[in-house]
Amino acid sequence: MARKVTGAEAFVECLRKENVEVIFGLPGGAILPIYDELYDSNIRHILVRHEQCAAHMADGFARATGRTGVCMATSGPGATNLVTGIANAYMDSVPIVAFTGQVPTSMIGNDAFQEANITGITLPITKINYLVKDASDLPRIIKEAFYVASTGRPGPVLVDIPKDVQTTKIEFEYPKTLELRGYKPTIGGHPLQIKRATKAIMDAERPIIYAGGGVIISGAHEELRALAELILAPVTTTLLGKGAFSETHPLSLGMVGMHGTKYANYAMTETDLIIAVGARFDDRVTGKLDAFAPNAKVVHIDIDPAEISKNVGADIPIVGDAKNILRELIKGLRKRPRAEWLNKIEKWKKESPLRYDRSGKELKPQFVVEQIYELCPDAIITTEVGQNQMWAAQYFKCQKPRTFISSGGLGTMGYGFPAAIGAKVGCPDKTVIDIAGDGSFQMTCQELATAVINDIPVKVAILNNKFLGMVRQWQELFYGKRYAATYLDTSPDFAKLAEAYGALGIEVTKPGEVKLAIEEAVRSDKPAVIDFKIAPEENVFPMVPAGAAINEIIDYEG
Amino acid sequence: MKHTLSVLVENKPGVLARVSGLFSRRGFNIDSLAVGVTENPEISRMTIVVEGDDRVLEQVTKQLNKLIDVIKVSDLMAEESVERELVMIKVVAEPKMRSEIMQIADIFRARIVDVSPKTLIIEVTGDEAKVNAMESLLKQFGIKELVRTGKVALTRGLKSVQEEK
Ligand SMILES: Cc1ncc(C[n+]2csc(CCOP(=O)(O)OP(=O)(O)O)c2C)c(N)n1
Repeated sequence: MARKVTGAEAFVECLRKENVEVIFGLPGGAILPIYDELYDSNIRHILVRHEQCAAHMADGFARATGRTGVCMATSGPGATNLVTGIANAYMDSVPIVAFTGQVPTSMIGNDAFQEANITGITLPITKINYLVKDASDLPRIIKEAFYVASTGRPGPVLVDIPKDVQTTKIEFEYPKTLELRGYKPTIGGHPLQIKRATKAIMDAERPIIYAGGGVIISGAHEELRALAELILAPVTTTLLGKGAFSETHPLSLGMVGMHGTKYANYAMTETDLIIAVGARFDDRVTGKLDAFAPNAKVVHIDIDPAEISKNVGADIPIVGDAKNILRELIKGLRKRPRAEWLNKIEKWKKESPLRYDRSGKELKPQFVVEQIYELCPDAIITTEVGQNQMWAAQYFKCQKPRTFISSGGLGTMGYGFPAAIGAKVGCPDKTVIDIAGDGSFQMTCQELATAVINDIPVKVAILNNKFLGMVRQWQELFYGKRYAATYLDTSPDFAKLAEAYGALGIEVTKPGEVKLAIEEAVRSDKPAVIDFKIAPEENVFPMVPAGAAINEIIDYEG
Repeated sequence: MKHTLSVLVENKPGVLARVSGLFSRRGFNIDSLAVGVTENPEISRMTIVVEGDDRVLEQVTKQLNKLIDVIKVSDLMAEESVERELVMIKVVAEPKMRSEIMQIADIFRARIVDVSPKTLIIEVTGDEAKVNAMESLLKQFGIKELVRTGKVALTRGLKSVQEEK
């Protein structure tokens, strides 16, 4: 029997049905009825200090746990503050559902107070979005939202709920089934294509596996390892693919592309077969397209048909879920020696490892990341954007999926800290460390309040170079050292800032202090910020300049 | 090259914005777009004419298919479908030119749908070639205004672009 409930009551009921345990959000007038209902519910609400961070927290939660993250904001400015977070989740295929309050239906379109057309604004950055005009549609829409966000190629969904819809009484019934005529993701790979891929792999002399975030989303890391070990192919990953294949495995090449390892880029250039799994040949990976992997055939496995042959033509496309496809693929393959290829790769690895000045004269960011790795190899690492992100990607050897969380597609400064909070909420038993830049951290550091008040002890390691470092690096290399608007002359004392919020603050200026500081921060049950005063003009190398081929590499000369 | 796409979509608010937004965001050029409800009131059909090579067409098709409110996308081949467009042309028609204009209209099986002392409105239906020919013939008299519906098309015979059950 259907019960009569308000839209707001129905909302809470629906979230319970979807097993939502936590919402990140900040209230306002247009979403008050829902907040009033949440007040009595057992769904945890984490009050943020800026809605952008609510979306990033939901995103970090989703990436760390594999479950859908939920964020919430009021109408108008609350909703528009979510936009960066939603765009970020869209670019990196992260399942989040964003709920926004909206002005009452009778006022929509009249430029009412705090009205923003948020469904219009988020049209190109959501998988789908909804403006709920009739309260009785709310349960169905919420069910669809969670279903669409988490299936196929995951992504954000927004549901905009006018205030009167939240107070209207409806007959509540949570739909058992869904009917989405236009949405039927392909899961199983086409057997014929898998057969063709099998043959191509058996024929290849110099195959390489190129793994992206899709492997992690699909949970296909075991299958990927089995494939690599069976066909003895080296594995390189994208930034989002870090963790899809253990970087301590002998077949690992680390990351490919602009700041990838030299050996990964050399291997990509000389391969005769790329087995791309859940990766999209982003320009940061391919460099100059005409010179990319000139001798390679491409097997492209992806759940999103629109990614296939978008940037690099696929000879053998296989649309479907990576885990299913790899399982099937492995069945038809046999071991095959490829000594010559693997020897060549070993030689590259020996000749051109990642390098920096290890003399210990200055505090080097690479050293800091290596120390974090050594002391906390099992931690979940999030990053900000810029040099810090690339050093983290290069020097933190990821071993497990869902342990490296970074804004790839959008490159959002300020993402890492709220994402760390979201990840810690999802995985309270894990150590969670945001490897940050001083510029990025200042975009969202107000969430120290959220972390302290809600007892979410994340750690922030600021690689403080007093610059918008990555931009400064480009200026140094390509704009004659004209450092226009990249020097951050007056940043706060980050350790004191942390203390002011009630967190632990530590400052480190010498290499010898690094280990103790990390240990102290991790041991503390409080959120902690370590301000590492690093060598200000350190650069990220190797580097493939924008528009160059990926084997045209600038490297550290030391 | 021009391609005619027949796209079945959910008849819901916002769907047209999603489709047109996709074209502009991805840099695809729309020649024309006509939309109306189908025999099933829950479903609309869009006929979209796009300009581009096979690669562009493939991307357009895939990106359209990715939209959740898009139910089905088909590329209509000219030989296997009937294509029509309706055009209304307001021409300057001084009394002494009238009979000549009406003769042209006759030849094209067009209809005169409005007469005023100085103008005629001619309605013509047909494929692109016919409509273009008509337009260029009427130019000499002076075209005051012109409106086209954009192309609509259906596959010939038993075949149909329908949602898969
Ligand atoms: C929101 C946002 N604004 C601007 C940029 C452009 N950008 C890319 S890296 C970077 C510098 C980042 O500086 P910082 O956080 O100090 O990190 P560093 O590179 O010094 O490690 C900037 C400004 C961006 N990625 N995101």
